[in-house]
Amino acid sequence: MLSWSIRPIAELVLRNVRRQPATRLYPRERRSPFPRTRGQIAFRIDDCDFCTICAHKCPTQAIVVHRIDKTWAIDHGRCILCSNCVEGCPNGCIRLRNEPHPPLRAHEILTFRKGYESPPPPPPVTVEPPTAG
Amino acid sequence: MANTTLVPFGPQHPVLPEPIHLDLELEDERVVRALPSIGYVHRGLERLAEHYDFIEMAQVAERICGICSFIHGQGYCQGVESLMGVEVPPRAAYLRTLWAELSRIQSHLLWLGLAADALGYESLFQHSWRIREQVLDLIEETAGGRVIFGVCKVGGVRKDVDAELLQSVRQRIGTIRTQFAEITRIFTVDPTIQRRTRGIGYLSPEDAHHLGAVGPVARGSGIARDTRTLGYAAYGELDWEPIVEQGGDCYARCLVRIREIDQSCELIIQCIDRMPDGPIEVSVKGKRPQGEALFRLEQPRGEVCYYMHASGKKNLDRFRVRTPTFANIAPLVHMLKGCELADVPVIVLTIDPCVSCNER
Ligand code: SF4
Ligand code: SF4
Repeated sequence: MLSWSIRPIAELVLRNVRRQPATRLYPRERRSPFPRTRGQIAFRIDDCDFCTICAHKCPTQAIVVHRIDKTWAIDHGRCILCSNCVEGCPNGCIRLRNEPHPPLRAHEILTFRKGYESPPPPPPVTVEPPTAG
Repeated sequence: MANTTLVPFGPQHPVLPEPIHLDLELEDERVVRALPSIGYVHRGLERLAEHYDFIEMAQVAERICGICSFIHGQGYCQGVESLMGVEVPPRAAYLRTLWAELSRIQSHLLWLGLAADALGYESLFQHSWRIREQVLDLIEETAGGRVIFGVCKVGGVRKDVDAELLQSVRQRIGTIRTQFAEITRIFTVDPTIQRRTRGIGYLSPEDAHHLGAVGPVARGSGIARDTRTLGYAAYGELDWEPIVEQGGDCYARCLVRIREIDQSCELIIQCIDRMPDGPIEVSVKGKRPQGEALFRLEQPRGEVCYYMHASGKKNLDRFRVRTPTFANIAPLVHMLKGCELADVPVIVLTIDPCVSCNER
């Protein structure tokens, strides 16, 4: 009775011993996302005319657009990747990328401002090698 | 009257992925009465429909449940479309059927894993979920999301699946089928599983009918009740028949689900072979839903009903969902009467309770 009862499961286990592992060693080995994966919202400010359509179409109010200040902000923690904003934008500024957004460590809102230029990188500091004295 | 003991079961219990509470009245080890209570994760999504734009509400409807997400979205969209008098193109209907069946496969595999775990078969649990992972990959590759598909919208579907991808899905469904056949054998021939499920939690066909059982619970009791026979989406054009088992016990319900996975694979292959060409959506610009109607769809857990009332505004006046788990709680209470305390987890699991679904 016992041998009969464990036979099917034992066969399966034995066959699996000879197979490759079914799992990945996750942090070291990562699967690349599929081309269609809804990963994260990417924004390019160049063509945006701050019409606020995307903010109105967003079901979770993740996007805040300011017409006068010319800013466009997104809270990736609220976005549910529905792509309503992508379909709604008349100028094609918003895109859905397939790489998932890295985990957020704190609540942050990513703001873009028209005409904003990132500050120039600080000049490299050169240190004289100590002279042998 | 003999002394009875009251044993609380849930809301936190190892076999329950979600909170449902049962008060079990015991005489020795035998259950004489079970009193369910729900409402631990109520979210008020039905009320939300009265404020949300009806187009955006499709996103919310899909989030009613994580496991049957696509079919909730599909049901909502079909309802709104018929209130607007819009008919989706045939290709969209076929794609919806394809995704609905993929979602049925992953849901049943998830349940099989949980059932194996409840019966003490840890490695069988992992085997079911290994196969489920491949189905989730198929879903992500075609729809873009693993749990929330996000492809169903009012008027059609968002994404088209090209012929090459369809062929690859077809071929991989075949592989999944062969792998699944291996683990099916264990479920069907293993004597331990048989002893723990055969004759346990019996529900007679009459009781199933009177108590309004739906889905695999009704079909496991010999009632051929499957809403897909109404022929919504593409089901009217595919060749299939509802799966019925006569046992009425936990084993029969398990078998129904196992056979349904195989049937869903078959339906997907038929869908791919008969996929018509053409557009995938129709424009619903300027149209507003108007009227009142009730729609029924078949979810992995059974029949789901959507009631909608709209009066041409940008939101619905009333939206109500009757989920299959809710319908199956009355048969569950009946099945629990007279069973042993040790069998309660298995019986509760065989109705495949999806509590978050239940508490929209
Ligand atoms: S819809 Fe497009 S153009 Fe309008 S504010 Fe949004 S991103 Fe800018
Ligand atoms: S994808 Fe959806 S949720 Fe995310 S920002 Fe766009 S509209 Fe909002």
